[in-house]
Amino acid sequence: MIGRLALALALMAFPVLAQDGGEAPVETIVSGLSQNRVSITADFDGSEILIYGAVKRESPAPEGRVEVIITVEGPSTPLTVRRKDRVWGIWVNNAAVNVDRAPSFYAVATTGPLTEILSATDNLRHGITIDRVIRAVGITAEADASEIFIEAMMRVRTADGRYRLMEGRIQFTEQTLFRADVELPANLTEGIYKVRMFILRGGRVVADQERLIGVRKEGLERLIFAMSQQQPLLYGLLSLVLAALSGWAASAAFRLIR
Amino acid sequence: MQIYLPIAEVSVDAFLLFGIGGVVGFLSGMFGVGGGFLITPLLFFIGVPPAVAVATGANQVVASSVSGVLAQLKRKAVDFRMGLVLLAGGMAGSGVGIWVFAWMTSRGQVDLFVQLSYVVFLGLIGAMMLQESLRAFLRSRKPSGPIRRAHVHNWVHGLPLKMKFRASGLYISVIPPLMVGALVGFLAAIMGVGGGFIMVPAMIYLLGVPTKVVIGTSLFQIIFVTAFTTVMHAVTSQTVDMMLALILIFGGVIGAQIGARVGLRLKAEQLRILLSLLVLSVSLRIAADLLIRPDELYSVMPGVMP
Repeated sequence: MIGRLALALALMAFPVLAQDGGEAPVETIVSGLSQNRVSITADFDGSEILIYGAVKRESPAPEGRVEVIITVEGPSTPLTVRRKDRVWGIWVNNAAVNVDRAPSFYAVATTGPLTEILSATDNLRHGITIDRVIRAVGITAEADASEIFIEAMMRVRTADGRYRLMEGRIQFTEQTLFRADVELPANLTEGIYKVRMFILRGGRVVADQERLIGVRKEGLERLIFAMSQQQPLLYGLLSLVLAALSGWAASAAFRLIR
Repeated sequence: MQIYLPIAEVSVDAFLLFGIGGVVGFLSGMFGVGGGFLITPLLFFIGVPPAVAVATGANQVVASSVSGVLAQLKRKAVDFRMGLVLLAGGMAGSGVGIWVFAWMTSRGQVDLFVQLSYVVFLGLIGAMMLQESLRAFLRSRKPSGPIRRAHVHNWVHGLPLKMKFRASGLYISVIPPLMVGALVGFLAAIMGVGGGFIMVPAMIYLLGVPTKVVIGTSLFQIIFVTAFTTVMHAVTSQTVDMMLALILIFGGVIGAQIGARVGLRLKAEQLRILLSLLVLSVSLRIAADLLIRPDELYSVMPGVMP
């Protein structure tokens, strides 16, 4: 059903494409972020970034409505999706599918329902919706229906708050100024987060822009993480010494109290 | 107060962690179990990834065991000679266990294997202990009943290589403790725990060690088994979260001291009934997970399968 609707939208968008084709862009994006780095410190409990901008026009605005889509994408990692099945009366992990790369965080904010403002062809070209972004190339064919696994993965991650669809959550003033607040969860993965902004007319992307946010552990968090990676033996032994010391300290403290 | 854990990469409530550490430490000090079989499922429950929970749980157990042993040491309730013999067997058993664990991992069924071992061993030991301790408890209520000796002489006492374990008041062959140690070490490596809940009943029922000495001695050998596990995990998979461990430890060491003192006030039979109920309930909880249809059949894990 959605596929057919998207196709219809794509066909509708086609005449517009033919009309404007080859001309210099009439509308461009001017944008900013409330912060371009997020520091994960010991008291980190999620963060909110404000993405704002304006549609810049050299000439009067063309006819028709302008729509805006903003995506925030976290670093991608390989994943394994497992399904439990009932084997001999107990629920065990049975089938599994490997996903080559899937973003650790993905949010899509729009000015309206995605199916209405974005054509299927432009979604394909720019990779806007989450299912387009996940590249499930080279899936290990252990389970016959990998499509079901991809859907399940999106469902699980949406429930986790890692994948978010925020339709109609961009404030858009006078067809020019836009702003969106995207909440980053507390379980962030370190790395470069990509913010993309798209301006659409009749389902077609007329301008886009990309900005980056660096997410990094800082201070004590950085120190512990780096040591565990670079000096694992020393780190393990230090953990033991700390454990033994605190065990002894508690015992000594209680002896003093008595 | 939320705190971000650098290795687990989640943000959790520090007071909740402190509480978990405290409760597990309390049980640890009272019963002489390391608490690994409790702390690992509890950490899963609050959203810590399983690999980090297992490795960090082991580190926490080191601390609470040190604290517990020191408390027991004052009461001269640690049989070092017995502890060392058990440890020697334990290291051998754990070497074999780690090898089997790696083999199961390569077959892709390690989760199920671990869960089933939990259900089977916790269930069996819990049921056996409950039955035995209830009987002992009822007998102590009826003074007219026949007096039972601490331990009965059986085939175990006919074995060679006898050794004197003064603190336990035993003169037995080293073969049974070595075998018990090896069995516990093997299971501990597979289940990712210190093995106290197996060691304690095995020492009481198989070796005939007095209950008062069992706790300290069991904790003494758990320190070494879990220390070994912690370093292994830190080196092979970098999954020990120092921040998480420190908060758990802070709660745990305090809990262990209180637990050791409360344990002194209880009778040995009561202590055993409580421990067996605890072991049984964890076993039933894991069994329920296996038997009841989960709400979400799919799970997402980082990384690709080996």
